[in-house]
Amino acid sequence: MRLFRILLAHELRMLLVSPATYIAATLFLLVMGFVFSGILETFTAAPQEAAPAAVFFQLFWLPVFFMVPLLTMKSIAEERRLGTLETLLTTPVSTPQVVLAKFAASYALYLALWAATGGFFYILVRFAGQSQPIDLGPLLGGYLFIAVSGTLFVAVGIFASSVTRNQAVAGILAFVLLLALVIGTRFAGTLELLKLESLAGVKAAVDYIQIFTHLEDFTRGVVDTRQVLYYLSGCTFALILAILGVEARQLHS
Amino acid sequence: MPEPAILVRDLVKSYAGHPAVREVSFEVARGEIIGLLGPNGAGKSTTLRILTGYLPATSGQVEVCGIDVAANPADVKNLIGYMPENNPLPDDMRVREYLDLRARLKGLTRRKLAPRLDEVIHLCDLGRVRDRIIGKLSKGYRQRVGIADAILAEPPVIILDEPTIGLDPHQIIAVRDLIAGLRGRMTVLISSHILPEIEATCDRVVIINQGRVVAAGSPAELPREWLGPPAYELELAGPLEALPALLASVHPGLSLVPTPAPLGQEGFAVIRLAASADTPDLRETLVNTLARDPRFRLRGLTRPRHTLEDVFLAATRPKAA
Repeated sequence: MRLFRILLAHELRMLLVSPATYIAATLFLLVMGFVFSGILETFTAAPQEAAPAAVFFQLFWLPVFFMVPLLTMKSIAEERRLGTLETLLTTPVSTPQVVLAKFAASYALYLALWAATGGFFYILVRFAGQSQPIDLGPLLGGYLFIAVSGTLFVAVGIFASSVTRNQAVAGILAFVLLLALVIGTRFAGTLELLKLESLAGVKAAVDYIQIFTHLEDFTRGVVDTRQVLYYLSGCTFALILAILGVEARQLHS
Repeated sequence: MPEPAILVRDLVKSYAGHPAVREVSFEVARGEIIGLLGPNGAGKSTTLRILTGYLPATSGQVEVCGIDVAANPADVKNLIGYMPENNPLPDDMRVREYLDLRARLKGLTRRKLAPRLDEVIHLCDLGRVRDRIIGKLSKGYRQRVGIADAILAEPPVIILDEPTIGLDPHQIIAVRDLIAGLRGRMTVLISSHILPEIEATCDRVVIINQGRVVAAGSPAELPREWLGPPAYELELAGPLEALPALLASVHPGLSLVPTPAPLGQEGFAVIRLAASADTPDLRETLVNTLARDPRFRLRGLTRPRHTLEDVFLAATRPKAA
């Protein structure tokens, strides 16, 4: 535990002193701010059914597809390429501690970036002039969804980074895995094949892992523990694979 | 007798069925500085990585201070200071920052940490660069940061994989002195193929070739063992056909090495004499005998010592197909 704290503090520190973090954060906020103002414009043009926060979080996949691979691809692949993974793992540090520290640091940055978008809603409330222009429920539900689903997305990125020494490969692998996870399951849900009577079990499973459905539930204020469990167990599974990926020494020896 | 600091017995490591290390065995006593020699690809780095617990062995036994590496890798990591090949360092940290992190990872308590850091920085002569970014240091300083990291927690065993590669002669001497300064306090295992280095620093040498130990011993006794006593080189003028008889009268162990030595200017020829084992140093006797003989004129006599390099070349010579 002590070693994990030292590693995590080190990882966070390196994130904070790295200019890349600030550039990524600025660009992320720029894109999300653009999206947010676009949403507001449609809301001013005509009345909409959904809450603005719900529509905003509908676009969660945009940062997930691009920011998560960019945030995580460096973490383990870079250490492996430089060889510092070897110096790190020959100290009394264990592989799970290293992987968990990398994950926790990336996840913290992911949350911090999303937390910064809270500023958009603050500005809206502050300057909209109305007393209650946005519903607090979908907003909190949306952020909760981001926090819970982020564990799985970031863990997938860490896993992708653990199996290669090439950052670009790690980034693309993370992108493909996340794409399969978010869009692939949605596509699988519409397959004609699954409508067969004999595949009802598979259909139920595919429906259960629809990430967009989870998002809708969360923004409506429904927090289903099965969905939370899906993300947390998925995160654990991805991190275990990442630990195995680091331990598969033959890849880099 | 205390257990050896490092014990390697019948170590085998193969990568995907390709043997890199085959049945390597050696022991290192406590406080000894030992050199692991071998041509590129001989299995040096693999052996060292297995010793640190970073790579698993295919078979065989490896112990550090009596602790089995395969069974207790976590305990062994506390006993070893390791600098890998090419000395990987993070480029974006400052020297002091990096050593501080490494010291905390290696379990130095807060009270001991600051004085020990200062001590190591002084020992490795890093005072001038302690606040510089590692990525901007020269190779010599980087190498010293790596060694500082290895000795940081004062582990009983230090393993340095090619610590002097890519350094200029001044830096090599500095690193050599640094390692020699650890003698007696820590057990040091160095791999290298820079031979004068090893000869000057190490108490004992293990030469491995193609995954096998081909020679082991002290830098002084290895040449004797492998190449016999040193030969003599004479520059001589006179009737060379009369020489064998004369040599036999000096010492029965002497013999002429048949080299097609052409007569040089002024009738002098360079002649090599081989001596069998257990002949004493015959230089004085040779000079006196040849000077007394009116037929010969002698103008030079040397007895070049075999170096570790000769042993290395002999021991790792590719076998004729």
